Amino acid sequence: MKKEGEIRIPSGCAIAAAISREGRRFTGELITEAMKPMHDRSNGLGGGFAAYGIYPEHRDEYAFHMFFDSRATRKDCEAFLREHFEIVGSGAVPTRKMPEITDEPIIWRYFAVPLPSVLRSLQIDEKEFVVRTVMKINSEMKGAYVFSSGKNMGTFKAVGYPEDIGVYYKLDEYEGYAWTAHGRYPTNTPGWWGGAHPFTLLDCSVVHNGEISSYDANRRFIEMYGYRCTLQTDTEVITYIMDYLTRVQKLTLREAAAVVAAPFWKKIGQSGGDAAEEMKYLRTVFPSLLVTGPFSIVMGFTGGIMALNDRLKLRSMTVGEKDDMVYIASEEASVRTMEPDAENVFAPAGGEPVIVKVKEGAF
Amino acid sequence: MTDIKGADFRSVNALVRNTQGALELTGCRGQRFIAAGSAGREIFIHGTPGNALGAYLNGSEITVFGNAQDAVGDTMNSGKIVVHGNIGDAAGYAMRGGAIYVKGNAGYRAGIHMKEYGEKKPVIVIGGRAGSFLGEYQAGGTIAVLGIGCGGQPTVGDYPCTGMHGGKMLIRGDMREAGFPESVSCRLIGGDELGESADHIREFCSLFGADFGEITASVFTLVTPDSKNPYKRMYVAN
Repeated sequence: MKKEGEIRIPSGCAIAAAISREGRRFTGELITEAMKPMHDRSNGLGGGFAAYGIYPEHRDEYAFHMFFDSRATRKDCEAFLREHFEIVGSGAVPTRKMPEITDEPIIWRYFAVPLPSVLRSLQIDEKEFVVRTVMKINSEMKGAYVFSSGKNMGTFKAVGYPEDIGVYYKLDEYEGYAWTAHGRYPTNTPGWWGGAHPFTLLDCSVVHNGEISSYDANRRFIEMYGYRCTLQTDTEVITYIMDYLTRVQKLTLREAAAVVAAPFWKKIGQSGGDAAEEMKYLRTVFPSLLVTGPFSIVMGFTGGIMALNDRLKLRSMTVGEKDDMVYIASEEASVRTMEPDAENVFAPAGGEPVIVKVKEGAF
Repeated sequence: MTDIKGADFRSVNALVRNTQGALELTGCRGQRFIAAGSAGREIFIHGTPGNALGAYLNGSEITVFGNAQDAVGDTMNSGKIVVHGNIGDAAGYAMRGGAIYVKGNAGYRAGIHMKEYGEKKPVIVIGGRAGSFLGEYQAGGTIAVLGIGCGGQPTVGDYPCTGMHGGKMLIRGDMREAGFPESVSCRLIGGDELGESADHIREFCSLFGADFGEITASVFTLVTPDSKNPYKRMYVAN
């Protein structure tokens, strides 16, 4: 059987997200429930969650969630990490044994900060160093895979149905101010845990429903900037694109959305004015980061989430709200599961980003 | 009344098949394919039915009290679907008969590839506004968009009637500048020139309590393909 990364994986999928604009923390039970009515959008070959605000006691340390294929790999990787990081805490990620989830790798968690001496000698900032470390482990260290590397956030993913994976990872015991979720429907994959969504880098996480047709164009471009796409999965490349645009190029979320889901030239021509000039500029500078083909994504980051559809809107997405909460899902049924009385329910237009931020200082 | 909360779509459809006469379902939450292919049933749904509601519908009548999701009436053949709310994308996909009435708005690609033949003429009436690619590749039947309560938003989104080559579209108001492709022609008609479509709008009004006189006091934009051979200029002659 070919492993993930050796085979191309088109996928269907379900996504969902919930966020408190007040920064109120709630458990992962809500988002786990939200995946149930969308069960048939997944096929049991992958699911996962990203949770923000779950490690307040470790808010200054990077939380690395990792898969290992053996104890020996873990020991080797730990030795490597210790050379560059101060490891403040480590241990197995708590799980429930259940018949629905099998073939578990070793799932480990480290809270760590890069050693100041290492950063000084390399003359790069902390985040860049973490990114390089993640790329190095994922592309060079066989049997080890970093699937979460942000501060005060964490990703939990596995092979199985998402509603089972939420129970497996005991998400009812975590409290976060924002959650995203994914149920996967890969149609020709061996289905490995690392290939499940969300894909993350630092605190940026992406869940994705779709099948982009610009994968190789995007991959070739982004790999010029030190990113290494190891899994042939379109979501991985979207995650790196968003990291590159927002962290490295320092674009706003709205600008980044206009790069990946750029308006058509015809539309730009019709709109005119400063907005048209800006769109023209972004399309001209980042043509290789235009993402084509169907996608609907929810991107999580520290303090907020952004939902975005491809510009032709070839995938579904529904947004609803109630009090301080905003809910997003592939289907309205999922939004109504999270909040039966959701208000202002609407489907964002293609290429129209929905950005929800927690009020300043509340996360 | 049957509460179907938490039930999977197979058991819901088994219930539809095994019930004669009217059936009222409550607590609906995303179950797909409800009443697919069914004939002779009358089904009332409270909640949010899942994708492909009434797919291949063959004569049953479905009423939804709430919003419906994507692909309502996919390939339906006959019957009626009434939604007291909004509907998602690709409603009436390849529909070839029957009628869909929506009180609120439709998502993208409503009426994509609708078709007609002989007596079979499908109808979609959308009370509010419709998203982009309305009537994409429309090959037959009638799509009417009434633009009630649009709140300043355009009645139809971008790129309506792309690839349209049959049937007709009626949009309330003067929408000639909505960005139609060259291969269709648009003209304004009065509310008294709606012909057989007046019956569909009257039916809409009686279903949702709208004022027929008020709605037809406006002009309508009638869109039809302007050629019997719309692909002629898209391909090289061989």
